[in-house]
Amino acid sequence: MATVTLKPTKVPELMLEGYTISPDTFAGKTPAQIAGLEGREGKIKVKLGDFFEVSGSPGKTATETDIVIAGDCSRVKYIGNKMTAGSITVNGNADMYVGGWMKGGRIHVTGNVHSFCGIAMEGGEILVDGKAENYVGCAYRGDWRGMRGGTIRIKGSAGNDIGTFMLGGTIIIEKDAFIHVSTHAEGGTVIIKGDVEGRVGGQMVKGDIFVLGKIKYMLPGFKKIATVEKEVDGVMATFDHYIGDLGERHPKSKGKEIFANLYVKAAA
Amino acid sequence: MAEIIVKNGFVIDPARKIDGDVADVAIKDGKIVDKVGSGAKVIDAKGKVVMAGGVDVHAHVAGPKVNVGRLFRPEDKLFKSPMAQDKFRVESGFSIPSTFKTGYDYARMGYAFVMEAAMPPLHSPHVHEEIHDTPIIDEGALPVFGNNWFVMDYLKKGEVENTAAYIAWLIKATKGFGVKLVNPGGTAAWGWGLNCLSLNDPVPYFEITPAEIITGCLKANEYLGLPHSVHIHQNNLGNPGNYQITIDSLKLAEGIKPKNKFGREQVMHSTHIQFHSYKGSNWGDFESGAKEVMDYVNKSKGLTIDLGCVTLDETTTMTADGPFEHHLNGLNHLKWANVDVELETAAGVVPYVYDPNIKVCGIQWAIGLELGLYAKNMDRTFITTDHPNAGPFTRYPRVIKWLMSKKAREATLNSLKHKDKVIDATHIHGIDRELTLYEIAQMTRSGPAKCLGMSNIYGGLAPGMNADVAVFDLNYKNMPSDPEKIEKAFQRAACFIKSGEIVVKDGEVLDHGHKRTVWVNVKMPENPQVKRDIAQSFTKDYTVGIDNYPVRDYLVPHPFVIDVNVEA
Repeated sequence: MATVTLKPTKVPELMLEGYTISPDTFAGKTPAQIAGLEGREGKIKVKLGDFFEVSGSPGKTATETDIVIAGDCSRVKYIGNKMTAGSITVNGNADMYVGGWMKGGRIHVTGNVHSFCGIAMEGGEILVDGKAENYVGCAYRGDWRGMRGGTIRIKGSAGNDIGTFMLGGTIIIEKDAFIHVSTHAEGGTVIIKGDVEGRVGGQMVKGDIFVLGKIKYMLPGFKKIATVEKEVDGVMATFDHYIGDLGERHPKSKGKEIFANLYVKAAA
Repeated sequence: MAEIIVKNGFVIDPARKIDGDVADVAIKDGKIVDKVGSGAKVIDAKGKVVMAGGVDVHAHVAGPKVNVGRLFRPEDKLFKSPMAQDKFRVESGFSIPSTFKTGYDYARMGYAFVMEAAMPPLHSPHVHEEIHDTPIIDEGALPVFGNNWFVMDYLKKGEVENTAAYIAWLIKATKGFGVKLVNPGGTAAWGWGLNCLSLNDPVPYFEITPAEIITGCLKANEYLGLPHSVHIHQNNLGNPGNYQITIDSLKLAEGIKPKNKFGREQVMHSTHIQFHSYKGSNWGDFESGAKEVMDYVNKSKGLTIDLGCVTLDETTTMTADGPFEHHLNGLNHLKWANVDVELETAAGVVPYVYDPNIKVCGIQWAIGLELGLYAKNMDRTFITTDHPNAGPFTRYPRVIKWLMSKKAREATLNSLKHKDKVIDATHIHGIDRELTLYEIAQMTRSGPAKCLGMSNIYGGLAPGMNADVAVFDLNYKNMPSDPEKIEKAFQRAACFIKSGEIVVKDGEVLDHGHKRTVWVNVKMPENPQVKRDIAQSFTKDYTVGIDNYPVRDYLVPHPFVIDVNVEA
């Protein structure tokens, strides 16, 4: 593997839209060409070289390319936009849309991420050591086609609207989440290891949610049908099994209606 | 204004029966002229095709429902909004483009005039504001009448003259162009949660049938002698088995004679007829009714149609046919917006994906093209996609490619997942006809201009006409064997001159031009009863005062007014 290192040299006055920071665009280019790649700051076109010092060199293809951002990207959006392979490591925080529309490869952010992490993701892995803001693995505004595949793991907590319109893949939040989990989802799995405030699974058609902490306000559209033992992300636990959202349409399979499943850790 | 001469192109001008003659087109002061001086700017069109500017008879490009579509579909703009270039405005959206993109894209395809196909009268100020915001192209708008309380009230009593007086008042108040009917009666019934799926379903409360509304409006339209005929979106749109109702409604035009001073020969324009040419009893045994419908249309001189071709894209459906949109939402479970417009109309908006992997979508695609290929008189058959309902208008070049090339049709047919089932349910595979450039010019230029009663202004290259001239990079004598080149040529005109100004060169927009809004001013003797009825209704039923209702002049700063004088 060949590594390209981007060292932040200047904090953007507005936010830098760094949609070219991806193994797919870097592959096969010289450091000078990478520094010449475009980005946007507000309505102005800028170059990556205006904000980063580029060293090392990428591989011939995205798969052979690792990108390391050696510093804070709190004001850089769209890191790893639409990437298909290779890896990106951000040693620090990242702004919105990390790994948006990502199809493959790996992204590791050692700090926190802002909103829309893994928006409309189709494959690959995102690992965030810190916390995430809102809209982890959600659909684009207005779109009914959300996250389709891949894995997002947030080691800290997350905000609102996790997995909206999710169709596949897995989202793991290792600490707490706030409101709106898997709203409108038609597939996929969301695992929240901490507590959730409420509105879990609203208008959910299909898919699974696991909550290992407590749900403060349960939605009335979910009905408890059983208590089950299950292993979730390496943890064995007893769960209350709910189905729902009973107010939403549900597809039929072999004459039986298919519901979404909500598993909440049973009280000890 | 400068003089321009378009030199040595293959001129195709069906309005004068010119088919590919090498000739010059001279332009002076925004009009086509016989000749210009030696100082005229020369556009070299050698080896290229020269046609009049395109005329689109039916597209939803401005107004509240288009805007609802824009607002509730941000995903339609995702990754499709490149940065604005120097003096131009940002272009965004695909199926429901911004006003700027609408103007630029029509100009890139060499279109000069576009008819907004359904203007809710109460919201006509908004329609005109958006029309004014759309650069380059000339536009008009058709107010909707098919579910209007006044119209239903008068026609129930058989009062054609009063209906005509009301239509004249409303067209003037809204600065509209003609008479549009959308699911006549059905949208009013939707207020009761019902619909009119046959011609004889009575509208609740009004106790009038769609057949009576259609016939009454046809008579009122000819009483007034408007430039355009009644423009109808028929009942029972989009349902299997509706072709029979379609033919029955077309038959209502029999016996009604066109009466106008604008050279129009039809009394009914039946729009997006693809959606109305379905056989079968459900989506399982769904099949094409294109042959049956066209057999009737071909022998009926009083009719014009536009195709409404499905382009197999992800798009946004929007229509004043409120009940249909609710029905569609039940089929695809996507977003749905619905609006009721007081005593006049309603509208619905639902996104739709015409997926080549779905059998029904493949059949719909085939039906749209079959209708064009079965047509005998191309001056009565026009290319549309009912933008954005069956596909965006930016796909017209693709529709032209399919109509002109069997090879292109077969390539698309082969790409369908259920190819064999589509072949079984349609005729497309067995049709060898390939339309000529002359026929395409009829369907996009001379035909629609005549149908709209504007053949002396648009759709032709005769001296005296508006100087809208499009040059396409196609060699008339040596057409490309690769059909993709046909699409590309029509997508980006080599040059487009609109009202005597060069607005597009090599597919790039150069200038914002001088757009105009075309509306029809019907002058007729005062009808005291209708005047009193309108005044009364505004105090009793409307949420706005009558003084606040009409479109003010400042909203239409660049009008082109067609006067119609109705004798008592």
